[in-house]
Amino acid sequence: MTGKPNEQQPAAGRTMDALLMAVSESKDKDAFQELYRYYAPRLKSFLLGQGAGSHMAEEVVQETMVKVWRKASLFDPAKASASTWIFTIGRNLRIDMLRKASRPEPDFDDPAFVPDPEPLASDAIFREQQDRLLMAAVNELPETQSEILKLSFFQERTHGQIAEQLGLPLGTVKSRIRLALSKLRSEIGEN
Amino acid sequence: MTIHHHPSDALLLDYASGALGEAWSLAVATHLAFCPSCRAMVGQLESIGAGMLDNVDLAPLSDKTFEAVMSRLETGTIEPAQPAPLAPVKPSANGLPQPLRRYAENARGEIAWQRLGLGASQCLLSTGDDGVTARLLRIPAGKPVPEHTHGGLELTLVLSGAFSDQLGRYQAGDFQEADEGLEHQPHAESGADCICLAVTDAPLRFKSLAARIAQPFLGI
Repeated sequence: MTGKPNEQQPAAGRTMDALLMAVSESKDKDAFQELYRYYAPRLKSFLLGQGAGSHMAEEVVQETMVKVWRKASLFDPAKASASTWIFTIGRNLRIDMLRKASRPEPDFDDPAFVPDPEPLASDAIFREQQDRLLMAAVNELPETQSEILKLSFFQERTHGQIAEQLGLPLGTVKSRIRLALSKLRSEIGEN
Repeated sequence: MTIHHHPSDALLLDYASGALGEAWSLAVATHLAFCPSCRAMVGQLESIGAGMLDNVDLAPLSDKTFEAVMSRLETGTIEPAQPAPLAPVKPSANGLPQPLRRYAENARGEIAWQRLGLGASQCLLSTGDDGVTARLLRIPAGKPVPEHTHGGLELTLVLSGAFSDQLGRYQAGDFQEADEGLEHQPHAESGADCICLAVTDAPLRFKSLAARIAQPFLGI
């Protein structure tokens, strides 16, 4: 599989997780090309929606995909899907390259870090099932709630900016987010 | 450690999407170091963001970008699956978790406290956010912070000791989100000084005339 990427084509056969595992375990370039074909046009679309110009969006996509290759061995499908893992890499590079800002994050190796009380179920099958339940629940949210989640992720707006954009009181936006997230929590069996 | 007060869902969403500015994110991320349940929620929100990425319309890229990516695969370092063990991380002498420690401690691991008067101290933290102030506050055991209202938003994360106000009791890891209009008088519990991270986007408005007069000198 060589040559130009075909942006429209989803991977035939292998899942995104399996492709990323192939990159992780054996630096499989064909698998990486399939990942690129799938994610690069989606990442670019996301970045355009967040106000990046086409050139800058491609720069961020380039850095994201190179980082996916270099960090692939750190990918753990029990913790997050390939899409989630790549989403977070893209988000952090966007903050770094477009906003020239840093993103504070907790550090798992820090002695003051409070670990999870019981090990989270650590297999990829359970995690996939959780993701499916979550997306099904998102699809069932009322439009007034899902609209806010979309603006948040697609346009990278804070809830305060979303309130302004929709002409709603801040309290209304906050309570819609609270309703949406408590629905999601109950769907995946958390409280 | 049981945490009773958490960031609002709206704030967790802003953090997960990446929209939240650095100073506010510092308060959320430091709470996450204490709080497995909020970490789990942020993880779920990231999965939702990823689900949206999966379903977005496609924007075609230039061939040049593909070629640039492929040509860079062989260069640069590849990170090993098991990162080489670093020197063991020493706990902060001040009991601060990351990422706050990086912002608050100097190279010698100390906090450069400035006295505020009335026994309280602060340490201003430098972030890239204009118009938002992040600081550590140390309120002496048993002492009140003057009663005040807020012009904007104030996030407070307790790091050690505890305080109480009209909304409840806050101890290490607890997070308070005070909106415009909230009037409260936090009071540090006796026994130990209360150390907090406080992030604000507008000066606090003190109720008593004495506190208002002292405010410019206190630097709050």
